[in-house]
Amino acid sequence: MTFNPMNFIINLKYMGEGMLGILVVIAIIALCTVLLNKIFSKKTENK
Amino acid sequence: MESILQNISAITPQHVIMWLIGGILIYLAIKKDMEPTLLLPIGFGAILVNIPFSGAVGEEGALTALYNAGIANELFPLILFIGIGAMIDFGPLLSNPKLMIFGAAAQFGIFFTLCTASMFFDINDAASIAIIGAADGPTSIVVAQMLNSKYMGAIMVAAYSYMALVPIIQPPVIKLLTTKKERLIKMDYKPSNVSKTTRILFPIVITVIAGLVAPASVSLIGFLMFGNLIRECGVLDSLSQTAQNVLANLVTILLGITIASQMQAESFLKFDTLLILGLGLVAFIFDTAGGVIFAKILNLFLKKKMNPMIGAAGISAFPMSGRVVHKMGLKEDPQNFLLMHSIGVNVSGQIASVIAGGLILNFFL
Repeated sequence: MTFNPMNFIINLKYMGEGMLGILVVIAIIALCTVLLNKIFSKKTENK
Repeated sequence: MESILQNISAITPQHVIMWLIGGILIYLAIKKDMEPTLLLPIGFGAILVNIPFSGAVGEEGALTALYNAGIANELFPLILFIGIGAMIDFGPLLSNPKLMIFGAAAQFGIFFTLCTASMFFDINDAASIAIIGAADGPTSIVVAQMLNSKYMGAIMVAAYSYMALVPIIQPPVIKLLTTKKERLIKMDYKPSNVSKTTRILFPIVITVIAGLVAPASVSLIGFLMFGNLIRECGVLDSLSQTAQNVLANLVTILLGITIASQMQAESFLKFDTLLILGLGLVAFIFDTAGGVIFAKILNLFLKKKMNPMIGAAGISAFPMSGRVVHKMGLKEDPQNFLLMHSIGVNVSGQIASVIAGGLILNFFL
């Protein structure tokens, strides 16, 4: 094991890409959930 | 007689330390009720594999066989995910989908720890250590195994110990980052009726989306959502009950004791293990901070403010984290009921942590 502080800076790109990726995916899932709720609301199902 | 003396003389101080660690884990499981289903088998296994010339490990050892059969190919954690999926009620989340974003924000600790751990470890080990912050044992096992980390034992012990320590780790971080006025914010709960069709389609849609984003790790989210589909379909109640109870318990027993096969003194008693435990704590703290700070930022733009404490529930430790936030709300004001919001965020943390695991695998596999 060696201590290399520069790796923190080098790997910041993964932090950026990872957080952006997860926010985008969760936003898409939330959007799909809203759509599912709208399309298959209980009222629609009862009809 | 000679062989007994030979066995006894082979006991080293390292073996004794590992017995003590095993004993402490068993004590925490029984006396403190900390994740007993896992810490007890791990603790016992730690003693079992650290008996000199232990036949439980090695080429023909039973635990080695179990490791190859269930962990080396990620089978045990994935099967456990079916049980966990069957246990989760996504109702609070489905009735308020905007809560999902907090689950994403609270994964910040994973990526922060990835950068921090990379200063000490190679990138695959750093990524495996970072995923301790997912607060999700099965995801940690799958990621560490797929990335071929040599620190599996330490990662597992850290992941499960910190999950049990959520009620101790989170409150001081939340208090540090919020004012009393913020902690007193009340949130209305207006549950909308979620249709059965939505509940059935939700796990399928999530699997497809997560699979398209990170196909290499689709089995992670897929098994979780398969378990949830069994729960929600309404025609497999018996299977759902079996998955939630018998299946989950059975796999957990084998998982715990098999993980212990990675806790042999020579590979576990290193400075690296202490460092991994420290980095795991960093991951949990920054996950909590990420969720709270994100909620505070959102509040700058919202007319009706949210209680920023609910952001902290975005980690995957379910339902501990949701309950911690709820209790903190009640402590500030006995009329402040945050449970449904915090549980909704907590459930979204389950999904987000698995997606974070998938993204990590996408980066480094």
